[in-house]
Amino acid sequence: MSNNRIKFTTVSQKYVMALAGIFLMLFLLVHLGINILMVIGDDGEMFSQAVKFMLTNPLIKITEYFLFGGFIVHILLGVIIQIYNYRARPVKYSKSIKSDQSMFSKYMIHTGILIFVFLFIHFFHFFFVKLGLVDVPASAEGKYDFFSMAVVTFQNPIYSAIYLVSFVFLGFHLKHAFQSAFQSLGLYHDKYTPAIKALGTIYALIISVGFAIIPIYFLFFYN
Amino acid sequence: MKVNLKIWRQKDSKSKGKFIKYKLDDVSPEMSFLDMLDFLNEQLIKKGEDPVSFDHDCREGICGACGLYINGRPHGPLKKSTTCELYMREFKDGSTIVVEPWRSKAFPVIKDLMVNRSALDEIIRSGGYISVGAGAAPEANSIPVGKEVSDKAFDLAVCIGCGACVAACKNSSAMLFVAAKVSQMAILPHGKPEATKRVKRMVNKSDELGFGGCSNTYSCEFDCPKGISVEAIARMNREFFKSTVCKSKS
Repeated sequence: MSNNRIKFTTVSQKYVMALAGIFLMLFLLVHLGINILMVIGDDGEMFSQAVKFMLTNPLIKITEYFLFGGFIVHILLGVIIQIYNYRARPVKYSKSIKSDQSMFSKYMIHTGILIFVFLFIHFFHFFFVKLGLVDVPASAEGKYDFFSMAVVTFQNPIYSAIYLVSFVFLGFHLKHAFQSAFQSLGLYHDKYTPAIKALGTIYALIISVGFAIIPIYFLFFYN
Repeated sequence: MKVNLKIWRQKDSKSKGKFIKYKLDDVSPEMSFLDMLDFLNEQLIKKGEDPVSFDHDCREGICGACGLYINGRPHGPLKKSTTCELYMREFKDGSTIVVEPWRSKAFPVIKDLMVNRSALDEIIRSGGYISVGAGAAPEANSIPVGKEVSDKAFDLAVCIGCGACVAACKNSSAMLFVAAKVSQMAILPHGKPEATKRVKRMVNKSDELGFGGCSNTYSCEFDCPKGISVEAIARMNREFFKSTVCKSKS
């Protein structure tokens, strides 16, 4: 046997996708942990303290660069893999595949694209304001007053509806992503894999329902 | 029983194919799917028409030669069975059955329903073997193999290389096939010395031949006529990781 060159194979791609995905899933938990403080009824007191910590802690600053790297790698590689996979079947079946496959796994690229669109809208409302690319809303006290920005954004029913729909798609994406990351990293076990799948469902529910609570709160319960 | 067939007809690999409709009366529910195609071909030959080409050999589910995409499923609607093990009683009287060849860039159509699956052989040639020195057969009990390990290896060795995993996968990925072969040899002591090189070569070859990547939809496991688990793919991923981080000596 000869030819031992290391290539960026489809298996290596899956490793990178899984690692970037796990990093993004951890980020989502932290993000939700902070955002949920907005709905505890203290007019964003605790939330603002958490934001201040995130903005001033140097470790968080460094992690932010990794986070961007994670997003870029996950999105770009996802698109590259999808194009490669489309090309692997140039002539499609006339009868679409009826094999039992998870709905969530079948539409990962579609939910991924929708989440990407959402991400842009989300950045427009918050992150770009922080960067100074978008004007600070009149009601906000500055470009770091995210609580006031959230009030303005989520009291608009159209934006809230976009956010809610996006979280449904995010939940679908995560439902498959969680257990898929373990499989891609080669972590399969007769006993633990069913538990990982169940945990993935719970995680997807926590993230999508958790984030959905915020626009619902501002739309209906915040005066 | 009566059946309406919609069959993919393609003169050769370069021609453009199309679906042709056929009506068959007097089909016995006890006929196998391949018997039914033979029955159709007899009638086509009698009429002086070109019979439908399709692959078949043992007709008892062990050779992997037959493989048709029937009503949106590789090998048809029955679980854990090959096309030759599918019987007409599985279809309703008067139903329409759509028959297509395996669709994959790596499996070009030769004629009608017959595809060239030698890409799978090429993957095997790239590393799906155990190198042994020539000479007398070694003493069978000199390398002990645990029962659990030999059972697991056998579960993976049942792969008949039919390509249903490729046909079922939305990405046309051959990873269940590659994984079954890689894992079968990686868990046995005889295959361990070459395990890291083997997985690297077989995965590289699969990519090179134009098969897609695995996106964990698990439709391959669902449609594998031998019920090979996607656990094999996870094991292959582990083996691949080892092959990338552990430097091979030769």
